[in-house]
Amino acid sequence: MNEKNRGQFLSVEDLVVEYTSDGEVVHAVNGVSFHLEKGKTIGLVGETGAGKTTIAKSIMRILQEPPARIAGGSIWLEGTDLLKLTNKEMYEVRGKKVSMIFQDPMTSLNPVHKVGDQIAEVIQIHNNISKKEAEKRAIEMLERVGIPAERYIEYPHQFSGGMKQRVVIAMALACNPELLLADEPTSALDVTIQAEVLAMIKKLRDEFDTAMIMITHDLGIVAQVCDDVAIVYAGEIVEYGSKEDIYLHRMHPYTVGLFGAIPQLDVHVNRLAAIKGLPPDPTALPEGCHFHPRCPFATEECRHGEIPNQEVRPGHFCKCLHPEEGRSL
Amino acid sequence: MQPLMEVQHLKKYFKTGGGMLHAVDDVTMSIEEGRTMGVVGESGCGKSTLGRTMIHLLESTDGKIIFNGRDVTHVSKAELHKLREDVTIIFQDPYSSLDPRYTVERIIREPLVISKRFSKGEIDDRVEELMEMVGIDPRFSLSYPHELDGGRRQRIGIARALALNPKFIVCDEPVSALDVSIQAQVLNLLQDLQEKQNLTYVFVTHNMSVVRHISNDISVMYLGQLVETADTETTFKRPLHPYTKALLSAIPSSDINKKMERIPLKGEINSPIDPKPGCRFATRCIYATEKCKQPQELREIEPRHFVSCCRCEEINS
Repeated sequence: MNEKNRGQFLSVEDLVVEYTSDGEVVHAVNGVSFHLEKGKTIGLVGETGAGKTTIAKSIMRILQEPPARIAGGSIWLEGTDLLKLTNKEMYEVRGKKVSMIFQDPMTSLNPVHKVGDQIAEVIQIHNNISKKEAEKRAIEMLERVGIPAERYIEYPHQFSGGMKQRVVIAMALACNPELLLADEPTSALDVTIQAEVLAMIKKLRDEFDTAMIMITHDLGIVAQVCDDVAIVYAGEIVEYGSKEDIYLHRMHPYTVGLFGAIPQLDVHVNRLAAIKGLPPDPTALPEGCHFHPRCPFATEECRHGEIPNQEVRPGHFCKCLHPEEGRSL
Repeated sequence: MQPLMEVQHLKKYFKTGGGMLHAVDDVTMSIEEGRTMGVVGESGCGKSTLGRTMIHLLESTDGKIIFNGRDVTHVSKAELHKLREDVTIIFQDPYSSLDPRYTVERIIREPLVISKRFSKGEIDDRVEELMEMVGIDPRFSLSYPHELDGGRRQRIGIARALALNPKFIVCDEPVSALDVSIQAQVLNLLQDLQEKQNLTYVFVTHNMSVVRHISNDISVMYLGQLVETADTETTFKRPLHPYTKALLSAIPSSDINKKMERIPLKGEINSPIDPKPGCRFATRCIYATEKCKQPQELREIEPRHFVSCCRCEEINS
């Protein structure tokens, strides 16, 4: 990516993250670049182990180091490289400018504190205000996410899964963050509760003009929530574009494979087009295109060297030597 | 067509500290041979308990279970042994449903040994055949479950379930724990096996896209009760029960031009512990009136389309 993107609200450039386990190096993220404007949402879509969560945790700077190590790249947020900040400086950013919602709400909630106090704590840390004032704002946040003020004094175990996730969202949005990272925020919820939580995230996002990174493998959620989509495979973004580019003009064989393999409510097939084989072992990624062993269109050239990231349509990038629209696996 | 599995007024209650939990409450359902009945509903609605009670993994509290024309509600130990060759289950979590200390080969072999019907040679042949049938390479036969990925483990669970040539299989969220590309492989395998062996499935899941893809018929459950049942097309195109409508409207569409028009649910969820008579969905239903406090019955509103809602005709006219 070039200088121009540093003017973007968020610009991730050539991010490389590795984990070391038992002397083996796990190549979790291998040169990921994307950018995001204020108020927009990008979906990171891919399978377990593709590196989606590692990308988000790198932006939050909450990777456990070691075993993880950010081996290269930069993450520009409004012109500041987050990777260059000291821990103390990052402490100011986290929770105030950037917040994260995890799949399991109990990752973020403390079981022995009242939910209201947990929200008030975040507010007090990042704003120079009294405890009383912070409590008042925490109550406002609770009401915003549809939880009555009386429940301020309750503990996490007194809430259902959907309500707990609402508390987490209230906490994440308490300081009006400019960037929200949502890592499968609704996968653990029932579909009716999921719809309520998604509607709420969308409403709050629009109200505060928050930029959002949504991690999921639900193509329905991406279609309804995101503006742009990045398809992640083996630690790389293999296809990147607007929602229209990916849903209507997808070209990368892996993207095509994913769309064929996931049952979709509005697309009827008698048989799913399963992608053959398994995702690669991240300690020994295949040379050339990492998808080539599973790809029916792979040729000799796909097995070696660097695969270029081609701009196949304006703003639509595809990391494939043989991009083509309209095929199936 | 004669149903292969039928339950009538089936009940399964659990005693809890707070009272009697009505997990399955007066469910009547019939599943025809060679078809797949999808059972959907939110977590805690009793869909897994229904599947398990049907095949005697749980003892029913009341009601009738009729398999292949025979009342099997109360069976002796020997009869149960025999029944278990015909009805079986594939579990959600292939990580916890396989014995970690057994090799793949032994896991698949076990039901054949227990049945005491086959010689050692026959069993060896059958294990090999089963592994081929579910697409497990013979080189894995001496591996242990922890050495395999989730997709292969689930294939082993399927091979074990198929060992004795069952007629009826409860598939309890069989692909929920699997990654998306592997999910498709396992769903295809289940479809192929059904076609080849004329298997009958009850497919329990909360994933509405999966259930639409795999099922011929769908039953929607809410807090232990069946609220609507019809063939898959009808269920998705013309749902009649307010809960089914709300449930289907909540699924995010993968069509980027389609906006979600969600039917809102109000209020709090009723407790399944000692529930009051009357419609259990009424507290959240936008159409609820006084008469919803009366006990509801499952009625055939159109041919083969059953709905348990006293206001069904009014709200759908």
